[in-house]
Amino acid sequence: MKRVLLTMALAAAPAVAAPIAITGATAHTAVASGRGEEVIRNATIIIDNGRITAIGTGLPVPAGATVIDAKGQPITPGIVAVPSDLGLTEVGGVRETNDGSARSSPYSAALDMAAAINPGSLHFAIYRMAGVTRAAAVPDSGNALFGGQGAVLSLAANGPTVTRPRAFQFVELGEAGARLAGGSRPAAYAQLIDLLDAAKRLAANPAANVGGDDSGSLVKRRDVEALLPVLSGAQALMVHVERAADILEVLKLKTRYPALRPVLVGAREAWLVAGQIARAGVPVITHSLYDLPNDFEGLAASRNNAGHLQAAGVTVAFGPLGGIGGTTPVNLPGYAGNAVGQGNVPGGKGLTKGQALAAITANPARILGLADTGTLEAGKRADLVLWDGDPLELMSAPVAVWIDGAAQPMTSRQTELANRYKALGRTDLPLQYPR
Amino acid sequence: MRAMLLLGLAGMALATAAAAKDKPKDVPASPPDVVRVGKDPWPSQYKPYPGQATVIRGATIYDGAGRRIDNGMIRLEGGKVAEIGQSVAVPEGAKLIEAQGKYVTAGIIDIHSHLGVYPSPGVQAHSDGNEATSPARPEVWAEHSVWPQDPGFSRALAGGITALHALPGSANLFGGRGVTLKPVYGRSVQEMKFPGAPYSLKMACGENPKRVYGGRNQLPSTRMGNIAYARQLWSDAVAYKRRWDDYTRRAEAGSAKPTDAPRRELALDTLMGVLNGEILVQNHCYRADEMANVISMSREFGYKVTAFHHAVESYKIADMLKAEGICSAMWADWYGFKMESYDGIRENIALVNAAGACAIVHSDDANGIQRLNQEAAKAIAAGRRLGLTITPELAWTWLSLNPAKGLGIGDRTGSLEAGKAADVVLWSAEPFSVYARPTHVWIDGALMYDWGDPKRRPTADFELGQPGAGEVK
Repeated sequence: MKRVLLTMALAAAPAVAAPIAITGATAHTAVASGRGEEVIRNATIIIDNGRITAIGTGLPVPAGATVIDAKGQPITPGIVAVPSDLGLTEVGGVRETNDGSARSSPYSAALDMAAAINPGSLHFAIYRMAGVTRAAAVPDSGNALFGGQGAVLSLAANGPTVTRPRAFQFVELGEAGARLAGGSRPAAYAQLIDLLDAAKRLAANPAANVGGDDSGSLVKRRDVEALLPVLSGAQALMVHVERAADILEVLKLKTRYPALRPVLVGAREAWLVAGQIARAGVPVITHSLYDLPNDFEGLAASRNNAGHLQAAGVTVAFGPLGGIGGTTPVNLPGYAGNAVGQGNVPGGKGLTKGQALAAITANPARILGLADTGTLEAGKRADLVLWDGDPLELMSAPVAVWIDGAAQPMTSRQTELANRYKALGRTDLPLQYPR
Repeated sequence: MRAMLLLGLAGMALATAAAAKDKPKDVPASPPDVVRVGKDPWPSQYKPYPGQATVIRGATIYDGAGRRIDNGMIRLEGGKVAEIGQSVAVPEGAKLIEAQGKYVTAGIIDIHSHLGVYPSPGVQAHSDGNEATSPARPEVWAEHSVWPQDPGFSRALAGGITALHALPGSANLFGGRGVTLKPVYGRSVQEMKFPGAPYSLKMACGENPKRVYGGRNQLPSTRMGNIAYARQLWSDAVAYKRRWDDYTRRAEAGSAKPTDAPRRELALDTLMGVLNGEILVQNHCYRADEMANVISMSREFGYKVTAFHHAVESYKIADMLKAEGICSAMWADWYGFKMESYDGIRENIALVNAAGACAIVHSDDANGIQRLNQEAAKAIAAGRRLGLTITPELAWTWLSLNPAKGLGIGDRTGSLEAGKAADVVLWSAEPFSVYARPTHVWIDGALMYDWGDPKRRPTADFELGQPGAGEVK
């Protein structure tokens, strides 16, 4: 099977000619229970022209299809990593490799991450091998509240990488937003409303004078223009916020700007106001492992957060967010698995395995507005991962990854390093020569 | 092997000192007029909490020393492991826990933590981990920064931690002394100190010191500056030790008065402790070539590195580390966040282990310390994919006996053997599963955590009356 996959990967053009039939799979579809089948045993999945054309039991294999016997192993949708700095940051501590934030730029909301995405980054292969097929490249706010416009990425080895530029806007509120805006939450709201109101005026009258063109202007026309799709709801607004009270303030923005589509990011105290978040129809991206009062805006942090939100009807996704040492998209399945484990603790509030899988596949896809991604259903993009065990378990790993129906290479710079150094004995030439 | 013997000896020497210090007077062998540098002037005031004789029956046991017992039994009594095996005596009145399908392990020991010195909440007022006012601050002691009310201690306990080493940060070449603690709340840090555990000296190589001080346009601003600065200080320490050794010889022979004693220099006291083998060097170092440089430096001045911490490139020199008897304290998969971590790979721990070198899983993180079992699980899996054979019971040595040896307490804890401390975790499932959690944690035979009993789940002072109080974390 490996040889088949490798050959396919080498031959892989953006579209794959022959259809693929994966047989004998245990398909974890990430389709919500009640809306379809959560798990299909002995499933056949037909992939053609980059899409899942059929999924079910006992399906006929199309003539000429490449058949892959999953031998009962689990298959899941590809993992969707939101937020990430993929393509923006090569080495966090090396500034010149870091395009995620611009501390000295006069612009903020106008910054378009698509211009920086580097498909040559070694992280693509590392994340892809771990089953990550899509990611959102999200900026950090540099010197103002708004960080700029993030992009949706495909991790396919043969591209295209940026599948949706300017997919959403990012804004920093809470403690960090207060600091960026000059020192307080009211200062942050003054800046936020200044910009969004300017966008309102510009939307009403494209000739309106909404910003200066000198570097000292409070509002830049380009930033205001970039906020038009936020105001209209065409772009989601990712809002980093943690404290329960700060979350309620964000929900209130919808009365002033009715089309606004906020997504709460971080949201460690969201569980305290889960009902209000659910009623507002606002999704949450959090981390399953937040449980320390790291700062005064996250005093109520608990690993029960996701469980409470899910129970209240909120769409919850897990992201590789900061505040957890070594946080990485590679470990998203483990983060999801931990949310299942939390449900076993007396007094704990967890997710089911199906919900946990959805929190790293279907839900982040939905939050990004990727209607054709994140579940195993006919008609969806063929982003799939075949695993060697329970996908949420720490010891499991993908054995094959497909993106848009194309099998992906399963090597990275890390595997090359491991192979180079797995035997240290002295030979005729140094280890740096091919062996 | 040589390293293990040295560590064992250092540990035993301190254990003797600790036993002696319970008595009010000085070590009787010393003549009264010899001035000495105190080895443990701020002794532990930790006292184990009361325990009940307990027998756990039917569990799979990973004993921490590499052995596994299926359907085994263990008896905890008098704060110690009294008996362990396929079958043990069940004394009258002992609490019997039926643990079929569950797992018992030695308590997890984190050799690299900043709990207490960088407590939660992590506000500037709590930033007490780096005395970044000089590249060399071996005179500072982490224990004097530890806030015993750090909520992180309760989270670590709930993750199966029974001992941890709180270290200064890595801004300095010589960061100061680390201290071994138990995650048992005290009103003072003295009440949390692991009795008789040796001190460590935190050292750092690489990017951090040269960035911090180079940024101020002072030495060191380069890697060669790092080494030059450290060599000068080691040279000073050798001279300082010579002065004390000379004085002590003369005083013991009756030819020197107390007023002839050298002036105490607290910074050099720490380094002299290292040269005397009483203080263990815990050396933050990422790159293989820099670890090799540190090894050369240690040979030049006659000290020993106990463990390299972070050590993301240990896999490149695992054979050298084995020969030197130096442990590597590692993450499972952190990489790429700074230049010197660029070559981090998920197979690192497994490759170090496979070379026969001492492998330790560490956290360096208030969150990660809660799940070191999960870090080890990822490392096992990565190693197996490379074709290495790693049993779960062997991997548990990375979490308990190896860090215990690296802290000089391996003779007292780190494995479940009769006579050693009853530092024990009972797990809800196989502990390398993502779904497993500790259900009970015993420290010195006292039940300090029970997931089903709110009265056995500590809450730090800071968390009382705060939003979210009472919620299971």
